[in-house]
Amino acid sequence: MDWFRRKIEKIHPVQKKAIPDGLWIKCPTCSEILYKPELERLLSTCRKCGHHFRISPDIYVKLILDEGSAETLFTDLKSNDMLHFRAIKRYSAQLNTAIKKSGNQDAIQFYSGDIEGNPIVLGVMNFAFIGGSMGSVVGEKIVRGISLAEERSCPLIIICASGGARMQEGSYSLMQMAKTSARLARFSGKQGLFISVLTDPTTGGVTASFAMLGDVILAEPGALVGFAGQRVIKQTIGQDLPPGFQRAEFLLEKGFIDNIVTRSTMKSTLLKIILILHAK
Amino acid sequence: MNNVVLEFEKPIVELENKLLELRSQNIAGSELAQEIEELEKKRQRTINKIFGNLTRWQRVQLARHPQRPYSLDYINYLSPDFLELHGDRFFADDPSIVCGIGTIEGKRVMYLGQQKGRNTNDNLHRNFGMMRPEGYRKALRVMKLAEKFNVPIISLIDTMGAFPGLGAEERGQGEAIARNLFEMSQITVPILIIVIGEGASGGALGIGVGDRFLMLENTWFSVISPEGCASILWRDAAKAPEAADAMKVTSADLLDMGICDRVINEPLGGAHRDHKGMCEILKNEILIELTELELLSTDDLLEHRFDRLSNIGNYSESK
Repeated sequence: MDWFRRKIEKIHPVQKKAIPDGLWIKCPTCSEILYKPELERLLSTCRKCGHHFRISPDIYVKLILDEGSAETLFTDLKSNDMLHFRAIKRYSAQLNTAIKKSGNQDAIQFYSGDIEGNPIVLGVMNFAFIGGSMGSVVGEKIVRGISLAEERSCPLIIICASGGARMQEGSYSLMQMAKTSARLARFSGKQGLFISVLTDPTTGGVTASFAMLGDVILAEPGALVGFAGQRVIKQTIGQDLPPGFQRAEFLLEKGFIDNIVTRSTMKSTLLKIILILHAK
Repeated sequence: MNNVVLEFEKPIVELENKLLELRSQNIAGSELAQEIEELEKKRQRTINKIFGNLTRWQRVQLARHPQRPYSLDYINYLSPDFLELHGDRFFADDPSIVCGIGTIEGKRVMYLGQQKGRNTNDNLHRNFGMMRPEGYRKALRVMKLAEKFNVPIISLIDTMGAFPGLGAEERGQGEAIARNLFEMSQITVPILIIVIGEGASGGALGIGVGDRFLMLENTWFSVISPEGCASILWRDAAKAPEAADAMKVTSADLLDMGICDRVINEPLGGAHRDHKGMCEILKNEILIELTELELLSTDDLLEHRFDRLSNIGNYSESK
């Protein structure tokens, strides 16, 4: 059975080169191998194809707010496991783990701060905190953020990243969609400016509430944005999804977002919108 | 229509069949009459016993009972003069929601009702009661019409969720629902929400923001269907009964949470056993609620609606 034996002696199986852990990362879009310190200098975007990696909320704060202007808000709110929810994991345990890992109390943090000297209220969601899901605390913080922006007559910006409503809080989480939307309606009635920034991923109940209610809606390149999850849609229609489906570029084409903005131009774009629309 | 009998209803149906048999014998006699009377009492006791101890999962099954009254059953009974208003004026008509005008005992109303089908063909047409963006936009269009002519709105909820399809996403399912939440919080006429079957996710909430939130006894309402929750958090849709318990989805649960204002009792043995009885009960409840809501000034109405929503949530605050 010679066919299966290697006849040419010169060819040897090559051992895969080991990549030192933590220093290199492969771009999921173009497969370019990226050097992490360089990636961080580029705000976690691929130097070759511009792929936007998911980043932690504090990077957005540094990216958007003037240095030294950020003040953290509403840190006293904490989620309750009011339903004593237990699936494979207990909700209370999930909460504790998420708080320990992230150092945050829940899936959104609020800040007051300035963009080139213009005061704003900024909300930044954290996908790493139970999928960035919206429960009672996320809903309440958003409502307080809107109230503060209204009180100070300054714009509100929310960086969205969420899998949707938090199932572990049952209908309480669902109703946060209505609660936040109703508060935004009042804010809008008082000439309040709300800019929604959609990052990867923004789906479910967050898309179907405040995220899609921005006076101006921006998205990062390639961000997944949609209502239904891709797995569910696939099961429903029984076929594969077209390439690029539910990505930021797809939403732009369908007319549901105002613009796609790269991380490096995010702050200047936000400033432009504020200066033109929010002129006093 | 084939009679569907749920597993836990079987003892009741057995007794009912026996009663039918005895009554059809058409023989006069005190012995038989007594036997019928005994059986009738036993039937009542059995129903009380079974329906007094329903699990959450059994309630979910009742809410989905294929013989349950659907939106159009209620609407046609309550308003024989009902006129359907179709289409969103942008894209299409969505048959999974019925909208239109009519009167109940002389009171003008605007109906929104999520509509399921009674058979396969009907269900394909109604898309199993799962709305698409054009459905939410049609609902918003008729709500604005109701607002213009000062007609109160009755919204009947019966859906397992918004439709998860390619076209629905392309046409902005998320935006359509979000827009309704935003607008419904400020519509200047009374909005009465009634869950008549099942209600899941933004798909239900998209026509579910209002001044009063009522649920029929054997209905459920939650952030996601028990099957959806189970397949995500247990990675097994068969754990749906556990998910129903964990999320606390029944009318009694929602009343405890302060999200449901009032639970409307159903006829003995469930709405599917007595459509007319259920419609009569609902008619009375609607008339009571509308009369109360009409007493409020527009400012008070909107203030109460806003406060109701703002107070929903459960969290702790240190300091």
